[in-house]
Amino acid sequence: MSELDLVGERRAVISGAGQSDIGRRLHRDPLELTLDACLAAIDDAGLTTADIDGISTYPGGMETPPGFSGAGVVEVFDALRLNLNWWTGALELPSQLGAVIDACLAVSAGLATHVLCFRSVFEGSAQGDKGRAAVMPGGGGRGGGAPRTSGFMEWTLPFSAPSAAQWIAMMAMRHFHEYGTTREQLAQIALNARKNAAVNPKAIYTDPMSMDDYLEARMISSPLCLYDCDVPCDGGTAVIVSRVDTVPDLRKPPIQVEAVGTALHGRPSWDQFDDLTTMAVRDAGPQLWSRTELVPTDVQLAEMYDGFSFITMCWLEAMGFCGKGESGPFVEGGERIARDGVLPLNTHGGQLSSGRLHGFGFIHEACVQLWGEAGERQVPGDPEVGVACAGGGPMAGALLLTRRR
Amino acid sequence: MADVPFRILPRITKRNEHFWQGGRDGELRFQRCRACGYYLHPPAVLCPKCHSKDIGIETVSGRAELLTYSVNYQAWMPGPEPPYVLAIVLCAEQDDLRLTTNLVNCDIDAIEIGMPVRVVFEPHIDEEVWIPLFEPAERA
Repeated sequence: MSELDLVGERRAVISGAGQSDIGRRLHRDPLELTLDACLAAIDDAGLTTADIDGISTYPGGMETPPGFSGAGVVEVFDALRLNLNWWTGALELPSQLGAVIDACLAVSAGLATHVLCFRSVFEGSAQGDKGRAAVMPGGGGRGGGAPRTSGFMEWTLPFSAPSAAQWIAMMAMRHFHEYGTTREQLAQIALNARKNAAVNPKAIYTDPMSMDDYLEARMISSPLCLYDCDVPCDGGTAVIVSRVDTVPDLRKPPIQVEAVGTALHGRPSWDQFDDLTTMAVRDAGPQLWSRTELVPTDVQLAEMYDGFSFITMCWLEAMGFCGKGESGPFVEGGERIARDGVLPLNTHGGQLSSGRLHGFGFIHEACVQLWGEAGERQVPGDPEVGVACAGGGPMAGALLLTRRR
Repeated sequence: MADVPFRILPRITKRNEHFWQGGRDGELRFQRCRACGYYLHPPAVLCPKCHSKDIGIETVSGRAELLTYSVNYQAWMPGPEPPYVLAIVLCAEQDDLRLTTNLVNCDIDAIEIGMPVRVVFEPHIDEEVWIPLFEPAERA
């Protein structure tokens, strides 16, 4: 038995994908958005709710921060009157897409046959006109007494560092220092996203953005400016993970899960991880490539987390699309990562311009592209191999996806 | 320090009091394994290197190196007036003894990664918390 025979995720396919309406502030019931996405994905797979016997979601139901979770397992389970053989909803995972990877393992292990995987948010509506301050600990008029912090935030909040924007800014700054990366290079992640959003009917920001617009935008936490930060939104995304032997029952040829990466070989921490220029994505990428005979040059589209632009730079390096420290020169000018470039990147506009669907937007887009259903933004050349990567800081998960014939 | 800004303060426990209250005596303190000499941060209950539970508290020099930083302009929450500087500093005592902090008493244009810094405490006396911040230091 070769090592690759043990790659259990190959017994999983993605059979359907769906999305709700997406908007900056929809003021709709978040459960409704969640269910819209779930039913769309089930229908896309050619299945019915009676076929669904598993649920996997990130982060599960939670009240705070406001808008972070549109629905947990139990709400969807009950709303659709499902009969489940396996389910999970968890926050401590190798990224948001860890929920999809868990589903792959569940079908591979024979615990479930068709797993509904979803992630929904309503951060746009929850933040209202107060912006992100509305959902920060101690901020946004929650008021009342002097709060105290503990756990992981104990080591950041007392220093007025409540946001991942700030923690990632410090990593970007270190990358700039060690490798000579520039703001003009980093800008390409945001400019590329905006170009792709212009041809995505569900995108949030579609007006053209120039390099000058980027460089003149207000600084958030140097070197990250406003356009390096994703846009909170409302919406839900779902995919169906099915066991490979169900392919004859499905509406269309599904997407094969070729390999996944979940590794973290270092301290699970934003500021204590040994290499301040890579984050956890450093380890998930090589693990993924160890589980397949495909190589980075086989990949025809990359949908990689851009909650903050610098995370995408880390993923470019971690997935072997360029060398360590070389993401700046790789994206310079933007040609390589354009839809007609060698590595079309975040073809839907990413979270930067199409909304912070929080990880699941990337796998949705990878599937839609591999199915050739992306309309005006479809990557040319009939792509067959793509990656979906999510997470940053101390969590990272990646899936290598191929189109089955 | 003349003006002490609002801060969200840590909940003090037996495990972390040495770190947050050492500033009362002007001292930066960390846990240190008595068996193998390894400094621990954030505080833990056993040494991650040798698994000894014989953990003591030790005062360090307060000298450190600036590993990275960010000038924060966004008003996220009540606290220091932006712009203020976030930093990760590496303490002189051990090659992985680091913490997130603020760089203070420093011209933003004069910040350089690798620069030497030293601890300075911001007292929150009524709350019995002393926040360890860092300021530029002379080169050794």
